[in-house]
Amino acid sequence: MKTKSKIFIKGLVDVLPLLIPVFPFGIIYGVIGMELGLGPYLTFASSFIIFAGSSQLVFAQLLTAGVSPLIIISSVAVINARHLLYGAVLSEYLNKLSFFWKLTLSYFMTDQAFATSSKYLKSNNDNEISHYHLLGSGFTLWFIWQASTLLGIFLGAIVPEELGLTFAVPLTFLSLIISDLKKIDHFIVILTSGLVATIFYNAPLKSYVLLAAFAGMLVAYFFTLKLTKVKN
Amino acid sequence: MTLVTLVITGIVTFLLRFSMIALIKKDTLSSKAKIVLSYVPSAVFPAIIFPAIFLDEVGALDLEGNPKIIASLIAAIIGMFSKNILATIFAGLTSYWLLIFVYYQ
Repeated sequence: MKTKSKIFIKGLVDVLPLLIPVFPFGIIYGVIGMELGLGPYLTFASSFIIFAGSSQLVFAQLLTAGVSPLIIISSVAVINARHLLYGAVLSEYLNKLSFFWKLTLSYFMTDQAFATSSKYLKSNNDNEISHYHLLGSGFTLWFIWQASTLLGIFLGAIVPEELGLTFAVPLTFLSLIISDLKKIDHFIVILTSGLVATIFYNAPLKSYVLLAAFAGMLVAYFFTLKLTKVKN
Repeated sequence: MTLVTLVITGIVTFLLRFSMIALIKKDTLSSKAKIVLSYVPSAVFPAIIFPAIFLDEVGALDLEGNPKIIASLIAAIIGMFSKNILATIFAGLTSYWLLIFVYYQ
């Protein structure tokens, strides 16, 4: 029988390869937070409080553009709706845990920790302490994310504005959907959302993110109906 | 006010993570809902990408001689071939710098 600390360390080691892009991404976030004018404290606090890369970038972008809080909060909520997908996979293994453990593991949950630990949880389902693997992978990513944000904040304070590093914001989001760009259905959803956002950029309350997301999801829903019809 | 917005944003993010562990059972989401949710990144991220590339500081269309359009295209091509997040970002940034500091000087 393995001990808790051994399983924790296994989670730590297993997630390491997935952290190679996380570290520079954290630096980029720290730099962008500073370039957008979020300031060192809020830039770091958002890594601590939100702890989700793309959500933090949207938060920083909209906040510094003077968007109203309600729009910011709902925009981030829409982005994180994809996390609901993981539920079907993880709840099966974590159901038996106490409320406190569920709260703790929720805070440390990320795409990478999920990818690493869902495999382990699946193959060690009979082990009572297998969730220490998820704690290990989650905490390691959390630590790397905080450290790289701090490093980015220091770099952001010395990087000259002429470099135009805020351009890294659209590039980062582009890189996150790059694998879907080749699929024709996703491409049409992307184009719809992008065009609506561009056309309605000056809409009241800067609601363009929500409008674009709504239009994109509408098209996505249409594709889903077609897909499920074909399968039936 | 800003800190309150940040904390609420954090709580919403946390609740979505928590709900997936604690509330959602295996069959809560229909297969249709799962397919729709898989489109979320493609439906939301372009709302940040497009205006940041095609609009200028005051929100007007900026299509002619815009280095961000060319740099984004290069980033997209590199990204599709490399399938690498960082390669995409750095290809876009370096071609942007080449354009604004060398070509347009």
